[in-house]
Amino acid sequence: MSEEKQGDYRTRTDICLRCPQGCEVQTMLGPDDEILNISGNKCKLGKEYVEQEIKDPRRVLPTSVKVTNGTSPLVPVWTPEPMPKGLLLDLAAESRKIEVEAPVHVGDVVLDDWRGLGIRLVASGEVSRAD
Amino acid sequence: MDVNTNYDVIVIGGGPAGISAAIEAYNANKGKVLVIERNDSLGGILPQCIHNGFGAINFGEDLPGPHYAHRYETALRELPVDIMLDTMVVDLTPELDIYTMSSYYGYQHYRPRAVVLAMGCRERTRAQIRLPGTRAAGIFTAGTAQRLVNIEGYMPGNEIVVLGSGDIGMIMARRLTIEGAKVLGVMELLPFLTGLRRNYVQCLQDYNIPLHLSTTVNKIYGERRVEGIETIKVDENLDHVPGTEEFIKCDTLVLSVGLIPENELSRKAGVQIDVRTNGPIVDSDMATNVPGIFAAGNVTAIYDLVDYVSKAGEIAGFSAGRYAASQEKNHHEGSRAIRIKPGANVGSIIPQQIFIDDLGDRDVYLSMRPNSLLERMVKVELDADSEPVMSFREQYARPAEMIIRKLKPRDIEKLKATETNELVANIS
Amino acid sequence: MNQRNYDVVIIGAGIVGSMVARELSKYELSVAVLEKEADIGMGQSTSNSAIVHSGHDPEPGTMKAKMNVRGNELWYQIAPDLEIPIENTGALIVAVGAEEQSGLYPLLEQGQKNGVKGLEILTREQVLEMEPHLSPDVTGALSTPTAGVVDAFQGVLGAAENAATNGVEFILDAEVRGAVVEDGVLKAVETSQGTFSASWFINAAGVHSDEILHMVGDHPEFEITARRGEYFVFDESTFRVSNVLFPMPSKKGKGILVTTTTHGNTMIGPNSDPTGDKEDHSVTESGMHEILEGAKKLVPMVSPRGVIATFAGLRASGNYKPDGHRKDFLIEVSKAVKGLVNLAGIESPGYASAPAIAEYVGELLRGEGVSLKEKADWNPKRHRIPRFKEMDHAERAEIVKANPAYGRIVCRCEEVTEGEILDAIHSPIPAKTYDAIKRRTWLGTGRCQGSFDYPRTMEILARELGMSMTEITKKGPGSVFLYRQTKEEVV
Repeated sequence: MSEEKQGDYRTRTDICLRCPQGCEVQTMLGPDDEILNISGNKCKLGKEYVEQEIKDPRRVLPTSVKVTNGTSPLVPVWTPEPMPKGLLLDLAAESRKIEVEAPVHVGDVVLDDWRGLGIRLVASGEVSRAD
Repeated sequence: MDVNTNYDVIVIGGGPAGISAAIEAYNANKGKVLVIERNDSLGGILPQCIHNGFGAINFGEDLPGPHYAHRYETALRELPVDIMLDTMVVDLTPELDIYTMSSYYGYQHYRPRAVVLAMGCRERTRAQIRLPGTRAAGIFTAGTAQRLVNIEGYMPGNEIVVLGSGDIGMIMARRLTIEGAKVLGVMELLPFLTGLRRNYVQCLQDYNIPLHLSTTVNKIYGERRVEGIETIKVDENLDHVPGTEEFIKCDTLVLSVGLIPENELSRKAGVQIDVRTNGPIVDSDMATNVPGIFAAGNVTAIYDLVDYVSKAGEIAGFSAGRYAASQEKNHHEGSRAIRIKPGANVGSIIPQQIFIDDLGDRDVYLSMRPNSLLERMVKVELDADSEPVMSFREQYARPAEMIIRKLKPRDIEKLKATETNELVANIS
Repeated sequence: MNQRNYDVVIIGAGIVGSMVARELSKYELSVAVLEKEADIGMGQSTSNSAIVHSGHDPEPGTMKAKMNVRGNELWYQIAPDLEIPIENTGALIVAVGAEEQSGLYPLLEQGQKNGVKGLEILTREQVLEMEPHLSPDVTGALSTPTAGVVDAFQGVLGAAENAATNGVEFILDAEVRGAVVEDGVLKAVETSQGTFSASWFINAAGVHSDEILHMVGDHPEFEITARRGEYFVFDESTFRVSNVLFPMPSKKGKGILVTTTTHGNTMIGPNSDPTGDKEDHSVTESGMHEILEGAKKLVPMVSPRGVIATFAGLRASGNYKPDGHRKDFLIEVSKAVKGLVNLAGIESPGYASAPAIAEYVGELLRGEGVSLKEKADWNPKRHRIPRFKEMDHAERAEIVKANPAYGRIVCRCEEVTEGEILDAIHSPIPAKTYDAIKRRTWLGTGRCQGSFDYPRTMEILARELGMSMTEITKKGPGSVFLYRQTKEEVV
């Protein structure tokens, strides 16, 4: 995100993350941070994205967690629902301590309602049990 | 050694292209299909691509790589298709003789009726960019680093510099940061980002990883393990600018300097390679010049989105299945061939040829790689004898992003209406 | 620290040390070779042009000339027994223009004086017919048909493995740090692995041979400087030459040559860059440019396209001039201390000379009254580990059936199997590092330069050596690949 100031008005430029196209979206903000105009987006996702981004920027965290008794030492996990951007590294650090027992299946929840924020870490891969 | 001639179609490679090729090869006429995969699991590179960004087109979802692969693998495993894992194809002949090797199955010889090449790609290495310096431990390609961190479970270093702003480089910069390493910066030789801009935001900006454009690595220090690197700025001709050298202390250098289609087997089989894509020249069936050999995915050209790799696999697989079933080998007979050539601002294009009267209900995706950065509305035009046959608009043209256009029925009608044998794709 | 005692201790396991070890393994002697690196042949022996020079280049009457011509002959005799890939390709010293053309005659004469066989001056047409890739500007060439190319590492390995199976002990990671001299006799050397005493020591320490000399107070004026030479290696499919192609020699040396290795890759280099640091193996931007331009003079089609590897080798350059003006090898029984034979300053054509030097060491020891009694059971032969890539379909089927490990390809570009890696790890001189495996099997040397095989090879090494993945090194202490497990605490 970059920002330009003109008196009480500000124009911020964001790259929309909703799809790989990466539209550059310009948003004009008034003195009380109210959105005056949004442009540069090719679809409504771009508008939704900046509205969310200004209010409460959220991201997906893709990472992995340890697996015990599995055919692989790790299983990939992610936050299917985007989480507050500012907490990414906190959750990353937290996830490094998690251990799950094999077998693990796609969709298994490995961490639920983190810090009471409704944030979930869900397995995105499969690990069978080592025999 | 006995030759096994039981298979209609053998798919070489069990990544996204190979999986969908196998599914469609089976669906084409319920014949016998075999997938040969050198790894101990299906999915190709996807199991190690644990980031999201897959499935936007085919599922309307933003899935992690393993999740995307799992959906296709599940679909494949529901079909009576044979799969050989941990098996490497070591030879392929123009007569479709396939020699495979595996600890479990031994050394085997197959001769199917059709073959789909789906070997994917490999990474460019230090040698190809002629990176000066020592041969110390601590220099990894981004894909190798990704495998080590995500699959093997090991970190290649603590203080890391990434060379190359390709997607895998940026994704690995974030990945290594998440696992506690310090990524000191991403260096890019070109004056612009070579990966997707969303990855710049969500992999570098979000994690405060600096990006240095027009900058490259001039020297690597350390005889046994990397101890540091020297960066240098480059000018508009990509020549080094003396006096801009800077030393960065680090223990690891990760290279993300491009991908190359893996075509050793294709060459052995006499498949013609396009010097622009570095992959086989294919037609609208994803057929190569060698009768019975089809190709799909990153083996034909480097794609940005796996969704299109899966789609290309479907076309190749279906065509191979149909070819294997037909007794008549030249089933394009009677169809006009239109060659498609890259023109202005187009680096490469696939397919390189369309059999316009023999498309059936198959989709044609024209996939163009721009070779210039045009940050404005552009017009993509397909010209026959310098006259436009069809055109469409795009918001911009960037070398990092393939322009893919699925031909609509009316596009095909327009092409049929011409008498041309050659189309030139231009971006203006 | 423990002390071990031998009849002969050889310092350095390069081509000279290994050939001497093999020579001495013929006799009833206890012999040890001390090598400071984690593998044999880590120095200049294996990062050079891999050429068995004919012997036309050294000045007549020097040890260099004698050893080179005799060594060339011996190489072709020994290599088949040791299964060392060697090809008697011949070499051309190519002249471009009238001035260079006239320079061919003194070269011819010098070679004839040295006793090199088959020398001949070829016309432009003859040269171009032999080597169609050569520049059309060529005017003629000196043909040296006895020259050849050799697999440089296999040469060292073949000699060393043969020595090892005939009873020589190779002690790796053993750097000589001090000498014990008593009453003018070299009694022992101190190393990172303890003290080694012997009746005779052979100084074959390559670029470090001057340091060994100085440890015992021998030839204090002798000094080795290292010249760095950089090379480019091309993919097999790029282009090939039949002969080794040299430009006309200059004061700087034999010049930038073009050669196709026994492995089928064409290689160009080296430049010649004086550097004070004997361990500086770095490749430079300017050096790479110099090599490309140099090679283009001989073969205009040379371009950076198709380059799969670059490397830099160090060439020892000694300052020993026994007659005051001609530089030569320093090969002698030490006059400063008893019990030491010096093989110092063995610069180019040292590789070609090595078998002759080894033979000569035998003569020197005999001359010193050492009893060299031949072993009854000495085995002159050594077998290479099988190469899957070079087998035909039937051989492949058979070996995979006999040992399933050969069915698992670890390196896809060079088609190296797990079976070959296991063979390398459990060979007479065990491969314990990634590079040691790479050099024995050619794994990781192809298009992907190891990207694919790194994790798999590390796993096999860890399993076979009972080590953790984080202990696996590229080339010995200080060169680990991995720092910790992904989820381990960050230190």
